[in-house]
Amino acid sequence: MTGLTALCTLLAVGALLLILSYIAWQGIGSLSFQFLVESPKPVGEGGGIGNAILGSLVLLLISSVFGLPIGIAVGVYLSEVGKGRIGGVVRFIVDTLTGIPSIVTGVFVYAILVLPMKHFSAFAGGVALALIMVPIVARTTEEMLKLVPHSLREGALALGAPQWRVILGVVIPAAAPGIATGAMLAIARISGETAPLLFTAFGSRFFPTSLNEPIASLTVQIYNYAISPYDEWHAQAWAATLVLMTLVLGINIIVRFLTRKRF
Amino acid sequence: MHRKRERDVVTPEPFRGPAKVVVRDLNFFYGKVQALHNISLEIPERIVMAFIGPSGCGKSTFLRTLNRMNDVIPATRVAGHISIDDRDIYAPGTDVVELRRRVGMVFQKSNPFPKSIFDNVAYGLRINRITNDRHELANRVEEALKDAALWNEVKDRLKTSALSLSGGQQQRLCIARALAIRPEVLLMDEPASALDPIATSKIEELIFDLKKQYTIVIVTHNMQQAARVSDTTAFFLLGKLIEVNSTEKMFTAPNEKLTEDYITGRFG
Repeated sequence: MTGLTALCTLLAVGALLLILSYIAWQGIGSLSFQFLVESPKPVGEGGGIGNAILGSLVLLLISSVFGLPIGIAVGVYLSEVGKGRIGGVVRFIVDTLTGIPSIVTGVFVYAILVLPMKHFSAFAGGVALALIMVPIVARTTEEMLKLVPHSLREGALALGAPQWRVILGVVIPAAAPGIATGAMLAIARISGETAPLLFTAFGSRFFPTSLNEPIASLTVQIYNYAISPYDEWHAQAWAATLVLMTLVLGINIIVRFLTRKRF
Repeated sequence: MHRKRERDVVTPEPFRGPAKVVVRDLNFFYGKVQALHNISLEIPERIVMAFIGPSGCGKSTFLRTLNRMNDVIPATRVAGHISIDDRDIYAPGTDVVELRRRVGMVFQKSNPFPKSIFDNVAYGLRINRITNDRHELANRVEEALKDAALWNEVKDRLKTSALSLSGGQQQRLCIARALAIRPEVLLMDEPASALDPIATSKIEELIFDLKKQYTIVIVTHNMQQAARVSDTTAFFLLGKLIEVNSTEKMFTAPNEKLTEDYITGRFG
């Protein structure tokens, strides 16, 4: 039994290492400082993905600003407030939202934001990503809050704390590392999304100047380069993939550091 | 043993001080299940009253009606009267937050917040806006920790996590946290049941000291403990209050046959 579980673990870790090392091997050749800071140029002239890196960060920021507070608030509602029937209905809706394919979310935001505004925008892309984040963050927040022992809530109530202070001052801080992990997972998940951005942020070959215009992102750039017929762009797509993975890893490490257990 | 003699000297007998808590015809329901039947009881000021009885007899439920902690459990219902200092605590419009400030509670399992030792004790002071002054706050925290006989063990590490304390220390921290807001009544729900004998004796000594200032109600499974720390004892069985008596009489010559059977270990 031990051997079997160890073997399966080895397979999973091995697959991850294989993917990572293959990407590193394929991508490292095209990496350079210019590649990280320049914007794309026509085939044969080099160019980089600086605009896409910045664009991805902007999109993550917009989606986090909308998605994290709403998701955490829904999670708090599910765990602390909405008990009984209504809570059950909300939980079912949130679970259904989690299962919606991301391309559908993209088309939806296209219909409600891009069409009325008559153009693609970073804002629309951020909203599409936020919609994907909310259910993930809500459910992980709920699970984490439920792990906080009931005795802590009673202890605070017994000292004369009203419910909202118990939630804000005791329950959420006690669950903060778990909530942050959920937020991090959600950010990692959406930073790999391509489909919802195709109809919303669209992509761009220039550095962003406004949230109200189309914006580049690493994933869409990788997609565009990977389906192109040029070997140089293929190599750049690999390098961009390496950058994207490093970015996600970086976010992971930073959040882990910020939410390390103090107490 | 030496403690017991000491208590005999200081404890007046019988206990006919002014009643702090008056309970009249209290009935309590979890959904359709009735957990307490027609409880009537007076708790005099500045004494220790112990609630004893077998598991599930309703003693903890009754304790929790005194600071309305049962309000947070869905589908519970209370009928009857409880007044503290002649104020009906279940009257409409009662400020539950203010009630819980006056009636502190220590739980069976120690439940320190995942914060520093200082912040744990200061929590009640901060949320009740008792003081915003830093010196005053520090003084009140120190005083509470001294009252809970924990100060000497933690004074050099007030900023460290409360979870780094031992089980017995954590429970005394919870007592300090409850004392910091200076309640009038202190409810203790089996405060020593999860502790080793040394930690238990510390908590018991503490209870003995605290009754000079507080009215204390303690639920306990341990009859020796009830005999050691309390002045009066109430015996519960199947949601009914069987007998209230001075602890002395309760454990030597109880009025009720059921009490005698329980105390001598014939059931329970």
